[in-house]
Amino acid sequence: MAEQSESTSADVALEPYWAAAREGKLFLKHCRDCGKTHYYPRPICPFCMSENTKWLTASGAGMIYSWSVERRAAEPYAIAFVTLPEGPTIMTALVDIDLDKIAIGQAVQLGFETRDEQPVPVFRPA
Amino acid sequence: MSIKGKAYIAGVYEHPTRKAVGIPIAQIHAEVAKGALEDAGLSLRDVDGYFCAGDAPGLGGLSLADYLGLDVRHVDSTETGGSSYIVHVNHAAQAIAAGKCKVALITLAGKPRSGGAQPGRAPMSTRPPDAPFESPFHPSVLNVYAMCAQRHMYEYGTTSEQLAWIKVAASEHAQHNPHAMLRKVVSVEDVVTSPLVADPLHRLDCCIISDGGGALVVVAPEIAAQLKRPKVRILGAGEAIKHMRGGEVDLTYSAGIWSAAKAFEEASVDRQDIKYASLYDSFTITVLMQIEDIGFCEKGRGGAFVAEGNLISGVGKLPFNTDGGGLCNNHPGNRGGMTKVIEAVRQLRGEAHPAVQVKNCDIALAHGTGGLLGTRHGSATLIMERT
Repeated sequence: MAEQSESTSADVALEPYWAAAREGKLFLKHCRDCGKTHYYPRPICPFCMSENTKWLTASGAGMIYSWSVERRAAEPYAIAFVTLPEGPTIMTALVDIDLDKIAIGQAVQLGFETRDEQPVPVFRPA
Repeated sequence: MSIKGKAYIAGVYEHPTRKAVGIPIAQIHAEVAKGALEDAGLSLRDVDGYFCAGDAPGLGGLSLADYLGLDVRHVDSTETGGSSYIVHVNHAAQAIAAGKCKVALITLAGKPRSGGAQPGRAPMSTRPPDAPFESPFHPSVLNVYAMCAQRHMYEYGTTSEQLAWIKVAASEHAQHNPHAMLRKVVSVEDVVTSPLVADPLHRLDCCIISDGGGALVVVAPEIAAQLKRPKVRILGAGEAIKHMRGGEVDLTYSAGIWSAAKAFEEASVDRQDIKYASLYDSFTITVLMQIEDIGFCEKGRGGAFVAEGNLISGVGKLPFNTDGGGLCNNHPGNRGGMTKVIEAVRQLRGEAHPAVQVKNCDIALAHGTGGLLGTRHGSATLIMERT
């Protein structure tokens, strides 16, 4: 745990991302040069190597691209890839959801949970 | 530079252990190295190239070269997870073709069953940049592959019953392998009624976890000409990686579409020329997607292709994993690429178990997917022929 918070806080380029997350906002990265939005965020655009990138606040909407429920865990949990209207499909958790009634294409809404001492984006049914 | 005909697989060895209590990983590397060199009819002193991957303890190949007593002039520790060893055969052939070495040794050993690495988890020395954005959601080998299966079912109507046929075929083969961890023949019903571990995958959709190891010896043509064992010539190989692409995620295909295309182009053979295929079988979905990506059938038609015993030797059109594969036999170090090459070589030599030996097996393929299919992985394809 200590090691994890240490390694993320040591990443200066990600500080705005975590600050936004603490306020309940999901920051994506948008490239001013190639016009594409990527996630997870990097200072240098993975599509064109431009450093001319800016933060973009996600609307919070999403649609389940794929999902699974880890049934063997002490407390079964749902993991998913959720496609954002801004473009990227991101790995996330589905929360407050009936684990037996998850479907690809289902509309979900952004929220935040603290995990490993970090605010992380999760999604619940819209 | 093409590697076609520039190198031969002269020696193979699969460690018989499936649980190596009290035996360190380095010792298993040594035992498989000895086994493969003896199989080839070569000795330690003949080896001038060494290849190993992330399972090797220490710094790249240095610690093991020291332990094994290797005096080599070429070392390569390319790491693409479980497909590394198929990549290594390609790299060994390239090195031989370029005159860097003449006798290349490739080794693998791992003990996820009796201790060491956590089951299903590769060792990671430093935290990768994706970790803060993925690890809080607890991606596991199981659920990441499961999400590929989930999407495949959604896009193409693939069913759990179709996936189950892959396990059924593997178990049909494993019953003849005395070393296999699971030798009981299972039915489609058995697979789909086994516990759901990560929707939509059931327990029997998953590979086994075993200790063990294996080794390969790849040699120059002039060395192969002096050896007594049946000759297996390398015709072509391809490798490719696929990752999350900045969020442009598409779980319906693997990097196998690129690695296979390269391998078939280099080998100048067609899909229907392949008499036997070793296909990485971490999960049933891995096999199904690879079959499509290699081009044995159209994308989305894999479910129909694997059903009704089409992968069973002597029954179907594409006999696969006749040793029982990772699904039933062995998955040393959670890295199945090595045993994929070994069983393909057995088939080409005519040394597979008689009950599963493919008749007139002159051209075979080994294909691997290392890492995690649903996030980032490395695919490798190798095409070989008996000469």
